[in-house]
Amino acid sequence: MSDNSLSQNGNSMVQQPRSGKDTLLDARGLTKRFGDILANDRVDLVINKGEIHALLGENGAGKSTLVKMFYGSLEPDGGDILWQGTPVTIGNPAAARELGIGMVFQHFSLFEALSVVENIALALPNPGRMTELAKRIENVSRDYGLPLNPADIVADLPVGIRQRIEIVRCLLQEPQLIIMDEPTSVLTPQEADQLFLTLDRLANEGCAVLYISHRLEEVKRICHHATILRHGQVVRECDPTKETPASLASMMVGADVASVSASEQKPQVGDVRLGLNGLSAKAATPFATALNSISLDLRAGEVVAIAGVAGNGQGELFDAISGEMPVEASMVQVDGKACGKKNITWRRRQNAAFVPEERLGHGAVPGMKLSQNIVLTRHSTGDKLVGNGFVSNAQAGDMEKRIKQNFDVRMSHDDPEARSLSGGNLQKFVVGRELDRKPGVLVVNQPTWGVDAGAAALIRQALIDLAREGSAVLVISQDLDEIFEIADRIAVISRGFLSEAEPAEDMTRERVGLLMAGGAEAQGEVA
Amino acid sequence: MRIELVKRKEHSQLMAMLSPLIAVALTALAAGIIFSISGHNPLVALYKFFIEPLTQQWSFEATIDKATPLILIACGLSVCYLSNNWNIGAEGQFVIGALFGSILPVLFPSFENAATLPLMLIFGAIGGALWALVPALLKTRFNTNEILTSLMLVYVASLILDYLVRGPWRDPDGYNFPESRIFSDAATLPEVFGGAMSLSAPITVLIAIILAIVLAKTLKGFEIRVMGESPRAGGFAGFSAKGLTLFSFALAGGLAGLAGTMEVSGALNQLLPSISPGYGFTAIIVAFLGRLNPIGIIIAGFVLALSYIGGEGVQSAMGVTNEIASVIQGLLLFFVLACDTLILYRIRFVSRHGSQGEASHV
Repeated sequence: MSDNSLSQNGNSMVQQPRSGKDTLLDARGLTKRFGDILANDRVDLVINKGEIHALLGENGAGKSTLVKMFYGSLEPDGGDILWQGTPVTIGNPAAARELGIGMVFQHFSLFEALSVVENIALALPNPGRMTELAKRIENVSRDYGLPLNPADIVADLPVGIRQRIEIVRCLLQEPQLIIMDEPTSVLTPQEADQLFLTLDRLANEGCAVLYISHRLEEVKRICHHATILRHGQVVRECDPTKETPASLASMMVGADVASVSASEQKPQVGDVRLGLNGLSAKAATPFATALNSISLDLRAGEVVAIAGVAGNGQGELFDAISGEMPVEASMVQVDGKACGKKNITWRRRQNAAFVPEERLGHGAVPGMKLSQNIVLTRHSTGDKLVGNGFVSNAQAGDMEKRIKQNFDVRMSHDDPEARSLSGGNLQKFVVGRELDRKPGVLVVNQPTWGVDAGAAALIRQALIDLAREGSAVLVISQDLDEIFEIADRIAVISRGFLSEAEPAEDMTRERVGLLMAGGAEAQGEVA
Repeated sequence: MRIELVKRKEHSQLMAMLSPLIAVALTALAAGIIFSISGHNPLVALYKFFIEPLTQQWSFEATIDKATPLILIACGLSVCYLSNNWNIGAEGQFVIGALFGSILPVLFPSFENAATLPLMLIFGAIGGALWALVPALLKTRFNTNEILTSLMLVYVASLILDYLVRGPWRDPDGYNFPESRIFSDAATLPEVFGGAMSLSAPITVLIAIILAIVLAKTLKGFEIRVMGESPRAGGFAGFSAKGLTLFSFALAGGLAGLAGTMEVSGALNQLLPSISPGYGFTAIIVAFLGRLNPIGIIIAGFVLALSYIGGEGVQSAMGVTNEIASVIQGLLLFFVLACDTLILYRIRFVSRHGSQGEASHV
């Protein structure tokens, strides 16, 4: 399919008359404005019974705004919502649940110190007796292939099981429409497969699912219909089973997405630039993960990726490598120099650079301007930012302009506060800030988390280019597509253990999935 | 109709300037209501409280005398508060600083030369810093809450002062009054500008200006601001949270101790059982009213100093209790903190009919 014709079609598309007697939800001309930004512009959307309906779009395309209006947490400025043919006003989430609309959030809202049944009881309007509720939870969860033990304490459960709690909580209210926001972003491939079976079954029973995801492979695999948003408008509807992930991506972006390639040219690997030798650390808090004798040699010229499900020690590993968490001296070596006890500034001076997972509050100070946020990581790296203890605002401003230009960081006015940037733009900034140094060793945690396809391709290509120029790049990621796209070698972290890094061409998704699940299966299956 | 707070995308520069002014206006309004409830003409009372002290030379000079320690203490506190270290114990650091500064004139009264005064000031700063380092070390070592420990040490300091002036440091020629001996001329801070103010005032302004430059322009100032707003990002930048806690407490204690020494050496000329009308606590309000900015603090120090002089004024002229000064100070802090909300939020009036419940909650 040619992309030119596609984008022309996109804007002039007339919506097909899909609504009929099976229509569950029919949104007509929904409009929502935030200040001078039109988040949703006359959006029409029809969801039929028993349909898994994908909602696609880049970051900021208006997906979240739209589903929040369906779930009653935002009020539309214009347009109508028809529920089974009747116009409705959904004033709040409780009203939405009463209609039969449930939602599973991207970020869980569970109390870690409470048990499964207690968490669910808190969310139900009439929980009834706890013992009866526990029975219902057991039955419903087993029925749908999502087994749960109601007495388990949430803190002890892996993320995949926590998501089950959210889903079961939703199912207990017998919804007719379930909204899911990026449900698979925290799951292993096997856990995701399990979820797809459940969704399939729900659809067969007549329940509709509105499915938001950035993973186009799975959209193609499980969704019946897709609506694509761009800049708050519906630009296209399609049958995803007849599309390819690449064509879906270009519909979202409105242009061709550059594909990234790592494996075409084999890297010339050189000396070890970052060495981890038996890196171990105790868990600092009850909710942290201990690191167990992690070893890895990262060589010049290569990109090594560490796959793993969230919360398996990625954050702790990052902190140990960056120097925010001191360990034994020999455990971390940069260019042959033992530095496990050295601080992050020392390691930066050794030409190492770091990009943490959390952009706001860790990688950047929310209330400070971008130029000030450059000083944050570059104040001691020989960029003439600081002289005699005084910070040069002019130099910081020049660097801000350079990074903005080279990494296409878009902003409403020059040098805004970090908090005002969208997630994708801020990510381009924090990655660009380090790439701008041409570091010898770069460690990135979740380089493209929540970043749209165009920006993700830009960041991934930049990482590969850096490695090919002789640097060593370590990428910690939960996105397998990304990992297979850029990595020369792949290791998997599970419960604080790291598997041996193996060449990417010898790895399969199944094998990565099995390694991810590590020793977790025993606890995962509560039957 | 409903009133909503809507988060701004960035800090509002305009509101950062306006919010202290709005707070002062609201305080005057509330004070006027209090005056009229207690049966006084609110306009006359407000005039006597806020304006009259500025119209006469003696009361204007008295305002400068009161403002000086407030400004100096508040400058140190601003570094603490900017870096998220809640030092509430400046009053105690002021007292201990005054004690250290008084070691020379009280115990070695014959040590009289050009070095006397500079040494006293240095001793005072060291004393205040040491006293402030106690809660700082407890925080960094044992994770104790510095608000509680620094506050409790205020009362310890006051009792030490009380003990010394009634006991070992009592003036041998003082007819058993609880006072130390009067400081010699060499230990007395001179007056400047034809007797209009003590030397402490220009010293304080100089320190405030230096601190303003350090905070705005240097890497240390950057570190202080980063740590206050986002400690995790500060750690990522390579700054040490513990180091900064020790630094900011030592600096705030040092400046409070310096203020204490200048107070006993300049204004009082001896140690008394009580040497401060609550400067260390009022300085907290000064720091926030001045937006934690040393230049703003100079202005805010004047406003709060007025409340001391004005409180005495309304007491003598209208028979209003002197406690009204504390009430107005408290109101001012309340309104300052409330108005700061406007910097990152704007108020929106929403009129809607037939809606129920909290739409913004999920």
